[in-house]
Amino acid sequence: MNGRRLAERVADLLPPLAFGLAVLAIWEVGVRLLHVPMIILPTPSAILARFLTSIPTLAADFWQTIKGVLIGYAIGCAAGVAVAVLVDRSGFLKRGLLPLGNLVSALPIVGVAPIMVMWFGFDWPSKAAVVVVMTFFPMLVNTVAGLASAGAMERDLMKTYGADYWQTLIALRLPSALPFIFNALKINTTLAMIGAIVAEDFGTPIVGMGFRISAEVGHLGIDMVWATIAVAAVTGSLFYAIIAGVERRVTFWHASYRAKEA
Amino acid sequence: MKSALSIATVILAILAGWYAAAALMNASLQRDAYANAGRTDYSTRDLIADSLNMERPKLPAPHQVVSELYRLVLATAPTSKRSLVYHGAITLEETLIGFLIGATLGIALAVVIVSMRWLERSMMPWIIASQTVPIIALAPMIVVILNQFNITGVAPKAAIAAYLSFFPITVGMVKGFRSPDPLMLDLMRTYSATRAQTFLKLRAPASAPFFFASMKIGAAAAVVGAIVAELTKSEDGGLGARLLEGSYYGQTVQIWTALFVGAALSAALVGLIGFLGRATERRMGFVP
Repeated sequence: MNGRRLAERVADLLPPLAFGLAVLAIWEVGVRLLHVPMIILPTPSAILARFLTSIPTLAADFWQTIKGVLIGYAIGCAAGVAVAVLVDRSGFLKRGLLPLGNLVSALPIVGVAPIMVMWFGFDWPSKAAVVVVMTFFPMLVNTVAGLASAGAMERDLMKTYGADYWQTLIALRLPSALPFIFNALKINTTLAMIGAIVAEDFGTPIVGMGFRISAEVGHLGIDMVWATIAVAAVTGSLFYAIIAGVERRVTFWHASYRAKEA
Repeated sequence: MKSALSIATVILAILAGWYAAAALMNASLQRDAYANAGRTDYSTRDLIADSLNMERPKLPAPHQVVSELYRLVLATAPTSKRSLVYHGAITLEETLIGFLIGATLGIALAVVIVSMRWLERSMMPWIIASQTVPIIALAPMIVVILNQFNITGVAPKAAIAAYLSFFPITVGMVKGFRSPDPLMLDLMRTYSATRAQTFLKLRAPASAPFFFASMKIGAAAAVVGAIVAELTKSEDGGLGARLLEGSYYGQTVQIWTALFVGAALSAALVGLIGFLGRATERRMGFVP
C-alpha cells in the first residue's frame, strides 16, 4: 500500500521534473550554440557558478529581505484576522468595509512603498510596513467570508448547547473559516515577497534582494541578477510550500483533502 | 440603500481618521518650522491648521491631495509633462498593450494545455509554482535586456505587464476549460462530438465565468507590472516614474496623487471587466 503510494508520487513528479530539466538543457545548449552574450542571457551553469561564489552576499541579501517579509506578513495577517472578527460582530461595518476591502485588493498597493520608506526609513521596518498593507486586505476579506461559512445547522446546534458568542466563535466558526484563512495566507506569501522586493527600489541600506537586482542590473552583472532571482524564487516557493503543508495538517478534515485520500 | 449608507459611513470614518493622523504626524514637523521661523506664540489651533497645509508633509491631508489632483488632472493641459493625465495615459497604454498580449498568450497556452494531457502533467506544476515566485523581481532585468536589442519606450514595460498578467490567466482558463462536469462531457461523447467540437460547444462557453474572473486578476496584475516597470526606466514618464520622483525629492503630495490615479486606473479597468462579465453571464444564463 505504502510502496504503491510512493510509486504514484514519483510517477506524478517525473513529468514536471523531466520538463524542467529539458528547459535547463535547451537553455544551456542554446545559449552556447548561438553565442548569446552574457549580458543578455547567461547559461544556467554560469549562474550556478556565480551563485556558489557569492553565497555570503546572497545570504546577507536574503536575511535583510526575509526580515521585512516575515515580520510584515505576521503583523498583516494577524491584523486581518483580528479586524475580521471585530467587523463580523456588526452587520453595518461588514456592509461598509467589505466592498471597500474588495476594491482595495484590485488596486496597485505596491505604490505605497515610497510613502512607507519615507515614514519608516531605509531599513527593513519600511519593507515590513509595505507588506503589512499588502497582506491585510486579502486576509480581512477572506476571513470575513470564512466566518460566514459555518452552516445554519451547525450554528443551531451550538445554540441548543447554550454556547455563547465566544464559544461559538472558537469551537465552530473559526475552525470552519480555516480553509479561507489558509487561502489568504497562501496568496499573501507571494504578495509579501513582492512588496518587500519592490519596496527596496525606493531605498535600502545597500543590502537586500530587491536592491541587489536593481544594482546588478545597473552595471550589467546579469549572472548575479539571475542568481538572486533564483534565491527569491526558491524562497517564495518554500514559503508557499510551508504554509500549504501546515494547511494540510490543520485542515485535514476539509473536503478538498478527504477526496484525495479515498 | 442600506449598504450605500454603511459604505458612506466607513468612508467618512476613514477621512476623519486620515485628518487626525495627518495632524498628529505633521505636528512635530510644523513645530520645527515654527521654531525655525522664531514663532512661539502659536495656539494649538494654528498648529493643527498649519500642519494640515504644509508643503512637504509627512502625510498630506485629504484636501491637499484632492486639490493637487484637481490641479494636475483637470487644470493642466493633458500634453504637459506635469499633467497626471499625460503620465496616466502612458501607464494605461503600457497596461493595455501588455494585458492584451498577456491575455492572448495565456488563453492560447491554456487551450494547448487542456488539449494535450502530457503537456498538462509536465507544465502545469511549473505554471502553478511560478505563481508562488515573486516574478516581479524579473522586471528590471527584462527592461535592460530589451534595451540591448534597442527595444525602448512602451514595449519593455508592456512586456512586463504581459508577463505578470500571463500566469494567473493561464491558470484560471485551464480551470475554466476543465469546469464542465463529467455528465456533460459524456453527453458530448454520446453525440460522438470531436475534441474540437467538445471544446467549442462545451468547454469554451463553460469557461466564461472563469474567463472574466481571470481577466480581472490579469488586468490588476498588468497595472502593477506597468508601474513597477516604470521604476526602472523612470525617464520615460508614467505613474511609477512619478512615484519614484516624488520619493527622491520628498514630494509626498505628488506620491499620493500618483497613487490615487493608479488606483483609479486599476479600479476602472477591473470595474469595466466586471460589468462586461456580469452582462455576458446574464445573457448566457449563468446567473438567474
